[in-house]
Amino acid sequence: MPLRLLKYGLSRTYPISEDIPATPDLLPSYDVVIVGGGGHGLACAHHLSKYHGIRSVAVIEKGYLAGGNTARNTTTIRSNYITLEGIAFYKEAVELFETLSQELDFNVMFSQRGQLTLAHSEATLRSFHLRAEMGKHMGTRTEVVDQKTVQDLCPQLNLDHGGPLEIVGGLWHADGGTARHDAVAWGYAAQASRRGVEIHQRTEVTGFEVVGDRIQVVNTNRGRIACGQVLIATGGMNYDVALMAGVELPIRCYPLQAMVTQPLKPWLDTLVSSVSLHTYLVQSSRGEVVIGGGSDPYQLYSTRSTLDMKEHLAEGAVHLFPFLQGVRLLRQWAGITDMTPDYSPIMGASPVRNLWLDCGWGTWGFKATPVAGKRLAQTIAEGRVPDILKPFALERFETFRLLNEMGATAASH
Amino acid sequence: MKILTCPMNGDRNIDEFQSFGPVRAGLDPDRTADAEWARHLFRAENRKGVVIEWWRHVPSNYYFLAERDLVSNEIIRTFDSSDPQGRT
Ligand SMILES: Cc1cc2nc3c(=O)[nH]c(=O)nc-3n(C[C@H](O)[C@H](O)[C@H](O)COP(=O)(O)OP(=O)(O)OC[C@H]3O[C@@H](n4cnc5c(N)ncnc54)[C@H](O)[C@@H]3O)c2cc1C
Repeated sequence: MPLRLLKYGLSRTYPISEDIPATPDLLPSYDVVIVGGGGHGLACAHHLSKYHGIRSVAVIEKGYLAGGNTARNTTTIRSNYITLEGIAFYKEAVELFETLSQELDFNVMFSQRGQLTLAHSEATLRSFHLRAEMGKHMGTRTEVVDQKTVQDLCPQLNLDHGGPLEIVGGLWHADGGTARHDAVAWGYAAQASRRGVEIHQRTEVTGFEVVGDRIQVVNTNRGRIACGQVLIATGGMNYDVALMAGVELPIRCYPLQAMVTQPLKPWLDTLVSSVSLHTYLVQSSRGEVVIGGGSDPYQLYSTRSTLDMKEHLAEGAVHLFPFLQGVRLLRQWAGITDMTPDYSPIMGASPVRNLWLDCGWGTWGFKATPVAGKRLAQTIAEGRVPDILKPFALERFETFRLLNEMGATAASH
Repeated sequence: MKILTCPMNGDRNIDEFQSFGPVRAGLDPDRTADAEWARHLFRAENRKGVVIEWWRHVPSNYYFLAERDLVSNEIIRTFDSSDPQGRT
């Protein structure tokens, strides 16, 4: 071995950097226990330790870091929702992604290439007008475009002139984009652990000891932990974990599937999604075409994939881009998603005083990783829910103030 | 391809059916408070276990019940809603 290389290996100027330390022993207590080491839990840990001076934080993850839905999502980032409350929240989500690589000192490969949602009917186009006007009012870049502009934005598209699925226009969202999902989680984990946050992998929360209206102890398969505050951010398991504290969430679990093709040279710039075909596509920076669609048609706690869904997604993709017909599929997978009745998340307080919720992320929560982390850290640190999160409270289901985002969510997450 | 046995049409591909989710007890509209309505509407059964659900065979518009495991996806049995053996 060249000695010059060894010199660098032993140098103090260039110490070996350890991004995420090995799982330490559990301490008897922490100020904040975050259940779930996906993007959301890690983002909250980062914000607590960096901006609120709270460093006695344990992130408890039953598997490996960010191996849940953070690892399985198709990375659509956008703010073209329907409700004012939703748009305000997701607008901040997109803005935080714009500076996230700087914030984390880690390349999250955010690529703001714009998202094009296709209309195959006048009725769909009318609903796009509503979304575009709401978006403009809230200061996002969302507009309805005609057939010609659709073709200019994505020349490879099959417009199906005169056919049953003719593309009559689209919703163009210049703010939309994608980022590397793993990098987002690793970046937050590295920052948080540098500031003293402990990340406990392969540690499963098995129950809570609730005394009066507070959780006093979090039970895990590695021992008991006393806690100040607790955050639940367990993705598909949110219903089950909240129930351990006696909180019944309005959540039903459905699998959501996706798949990728073999890598191709770069040809698809924008994110493309079709409401009628329930199919959306994005080309990753590796060249693979990521293809996703709607949820499975019935409730299930399983990450199995199905041939039915693969056929359905292939049909949609090949209709939009007929030249994909000879391309091979590389992988297919699924995640368990925690679906709420109104397709909006549940964030903020719970009936248990020191238990906070970051739940109901269903098929749409990756884009919200930075904003949910930031705003829930603020909530925990100040003991009070900030205005931007208030509409997403669990109580909205008792007061019938739902935030219906189904029309902006079901076909492209 | 997953097969569902329809009590009327026999073994069919599951994509011929539509799921309507777990059965819930009906409420008396004259005696139900808002909180109970909210619970009835929004908190469906989601436990990791066996549930009884409404399904419809779409081509024949026939509604029936199925007992299914939400974890293994095993369909344990299907039966007509008037079947006295059904409601347990
Ligand atoms: C196929 C698919 C495509 C998607 N596409 C998009 C998209 O394009 N855009 C978008 O915005 N969103 C998308 N989503 C949704 C998005 O992936 C999720 O909403 C988001 O990743 C949730 O992040 P999280 O950190 O809350 O949960 P997760 O990443 O699921 O992390 C939760 C963690 O909690 C852990 N956990 C669970 N139970 C316990 C326990 N008892 N004790 C300790 N730890 C526990 C799990 O192991 C897991 O690692 C998609 C989802 C899927 C499945």
